[in-house]
Amino acid sequence: MSLLRFSTAGSVDDGKSTLIGRLLYDSKGVYEDQLASVAKASVGSSGSSVGGNGGKIDLALLTDGLRAEREQGITIDVAYRYFSTPKRKFIIADTPGHEQYTRNMATGASTADLAIILIDARNGVLQQSRRHAFIANLLGIRHFVVAINKMDLVAFDEAVYDAIRTEFTEFLRRIGAPGALFIPISARDGDNVVDRSTHTPWYSGPALLDHLETVAVDEDRELLPARFPVQYVVRPNLDFRGYAGQVASGVFRPGDEVMALPARRVSKITRIVTYDGDLESAVAPQSVTICLADEIDISRGDVLVPAAKLPHVARRFRANCVWMNAQAMEPGRGYFIKHTSHQVRGVVRAINFRVDVNTLEKVGAARLQLNEIAEISIETHHPLYFDAYTLNRVTGAFIVIDPLSNETLGAGMIVDIEGREETRGQVSPVEREARFGHRGAIVAVEDQESALLLERELFDRGANVAVLPTPDSGALALAKSAGLILIAVASVPPGAIDLRRLATNEAIRQLEKRAALSGHEEQLIEGEGI
Amino acid sequence: MDHLDLLEAESIHIIREVAAEFQNPVMLYSIGKDSSVMVRLAQKAFHPGLIPFPLLHIDTTYKFREMIEFRDKFVESIGARLIVHTNRSAIEDGANPLRIGTQKCCGLLKTRALLDGLAAGGYDAAFGGARRDEEKSRAKERVYSFRDEFGQWDPKNQRPELWSVYNARVDKGQHIRVFPLSNWTELDVWQYIERENIPIVPLYYAKPRPMVVRGSSLVPVEQDFMLMPGEKAEMVMCRMRSLGCSPCTGAIRSEADTIEKIIDEMKLVRRSERENRVIDHDQEGSMEIKKREGYF
Repeated sequence: MSLLRFSTAGSVDDGKSTLIGRLLYDSKGVYEDQLASVAKASVGSSGSSVGGNGGKIDLALLTDGLRAEREQGITIDVAYRYFSTPKRKFIIADTPGHEQYTRNMATGASTADLAIILIDARNGVLQQSRRHAFIANLLGIRHFVVAINKMDLVAFDEAVYDAIRTEFTEFLRRIGAPGALFIPISARDGDNVVDRSTHTPWYSGPALLDHLETVAVDEDRELLPARFPVQYVVRPNLDFRGYAGQVASGVFRPGDEVMALPARRVSKITRIVTYDGDLESAVAPQSVTICLADEIDISRGDVLVPAAKLPHVARRFRANCVWMNAQAMEPGRGYFIKHTSHQVRGVVRAINFRVDVNTLEKVGAARLQLNEIAEISIETHHPLYFDAYTLNRVTGAFIVIDPLSNETLGAGMIVDIEGREETRGQVSPVEREARFGHRGAIVAVEDQESALLLERELFDRGANVAVLPTPDSGALALAKSAGLILIAVASVPPGAIDLRRLATNEAIRQLEKRAALSGHEEQLIEGEGI
Repeated sequence: MDHLDLLEAESIHIIREVAAEFQNPVMLYSIGKDSSVMVRLAQKAFHPGLIPFPLLHIDTTYKFREMIEFRDKFVESIGARLIVHTNRSAIEDGANPLRIGTQKCCGLLKTRALLDGLAAGGYDAAFGGARRDEEKSRAKERVYSFRDEFGQWDPKNQRPELWSVYNARVDKGQHIRVFPLSNWTELDVWQYIERENIPIVPLYYAKPRPMVVRGSSLVPVEQDFMLMPGEKAEMVMCRMRSLGCSPCTGAIRSEADTIEKIIDEMKLVRRSERENRVIDHDQEGSMEIKKREGYF
């Protein structure tokens, strides 16, 4: 039996809960005692989804879990539902559709292979349907079903269906989403949900459940370059050392040559170990333990990849980010970035643009508020090994964690390494800054001893730095434009940052401000009590 | 890969993440079928090594005798370390469901005992075998479920959880409850037990047992069970669909004495498994209330 994960989004009145209730009910995913308590509640409920349901069980009540939701009559979080048919097991990520729940929609979509977009036939394509499709597409869902609901209330009119289909197909094309299957349904009465309806003789496609049971969602993760993030080193005794993890993509076989990052050491796979015996090959998303021929220092957070197909190894990259916390994201702030099994410190360098989820326009933003989506530039303190999210949903995804409150603040989908669009032609100052982690600068210190101390400190943080005992103006200008930090001793050349009489850490702080020197791990959170 | 392979791979990934990121994890072991599956997944996660964290059983002392026997034999056979914690002072004060009511009894012998047991061990992560399909309020539970200094759950303020990237950060005194079986259904659990040959407590298999028929429930006659006026024990062919404390676990009439028959029965059954757990129905929205206070 195969498994399909799909997401739904919708508001109180578009019939989403009724549709899910219908799928659970008709596929016998609901037990009698649950139904009985729902029947009891239906009598007392006056929610809009009950309106006109004259004495029938309100299927929507099957899916609204928490007390607050039952009281307010809305779905405020992501709820997961399960049902199965003889052909497939289904996991539904059921999310609310209002704009203030963008984060919940994104969460539900993150693990889904397919999205059901609900459209109320009476109202046509609304902001909400577009928003849901945009988020589902952003989160990498490749299969869309557009369920045009409440067809019974428009007399199963084919023209209504056609108009919505035409309009929404154009919208999906515009956002770069894959094509969709459009199904005319009535969730309340069950038309085209489990069985084809006699009310829509003009519709020749499958019923919804039929499509969900048969749609192929294997995204050929095996064909992607192999990636194996190491989660845990298994070392029960001196004779066994294995790297436990879940294959993110591609295929691993005994005998394959793999490179361990960041060590960049190459070795051969000797065994792929599981509790149920060694494997001839491992594919995503199998959880296995890989043994190598050579003793290499590999630990959690490292990744095994084929040497011929390396991921990006970079500290600076651009990503689409959905912000999920009331505390706004601000450029310059330090966060934890958790990416596969790797957690590093990082700082948001810039918000490149925000996307208005209603108009899809790119707009400027000084900070990113709850439920907003933007493309941002991030710099981490240690390199991440990643692929673009559109190619790999595992190695392209990360979450943003607040080092103070420990809360999950946002979700990121990596677009590309930073500065990619500028890699042709003359090397630009932006590229130099991206590589070195600072701008070119000339600084002045009082003596040789402070110069060497500061050089060591800067060098250890990866800066491109040199001491120039006898400054000459031509050399200084050239070095500065080449992105170097030059330390001049005893004199203060024109344009230099005067660091004389400053302690090394204070000098560094000045450079962080004036030469965009990237913050150091400890420095970033200094004074925040970590 | 079929659905069981996919669920297995996901659960193993979760278990390894926790073992790697937390200082001092523990696996809650209730002896039931879900625990049995969870322990097998932990064995698989660290093979050929042993499970690198202890198992913790919160013993209310009202468990079926067969459960305790099974527990001790099973834990020894897999080379795991078992810790048993009981709220002794409450027992000595006479806590039992008939005297103080099921709500209070659960509060003392399960919730309180669990929180004390976790605090005593200084655990910062505790695995539980709960599944989202068990009960409505569990449908929104995260895989990593954050608990504050008092062990409480705030359903309105849960951390977003995307992909399989889990946020493992907690401050001292806080902990995370981890549910590796979140996406499993009862049927998945049974199919996996069958496929993997996982040993389970014999109470799950049907056989004639002494029962009291109370309304639509079958209540097992165990320990110092008290008959109500006019009640009489009778032998009934039955089995337990889920295992709790003997006074609060009803049996179901069943002929299913093998895993195959249990699965066939599952496919036909139209009533949810927790229906026979008295404690879930003691007040409206009762599981959510218990969970907020720290119950699993």
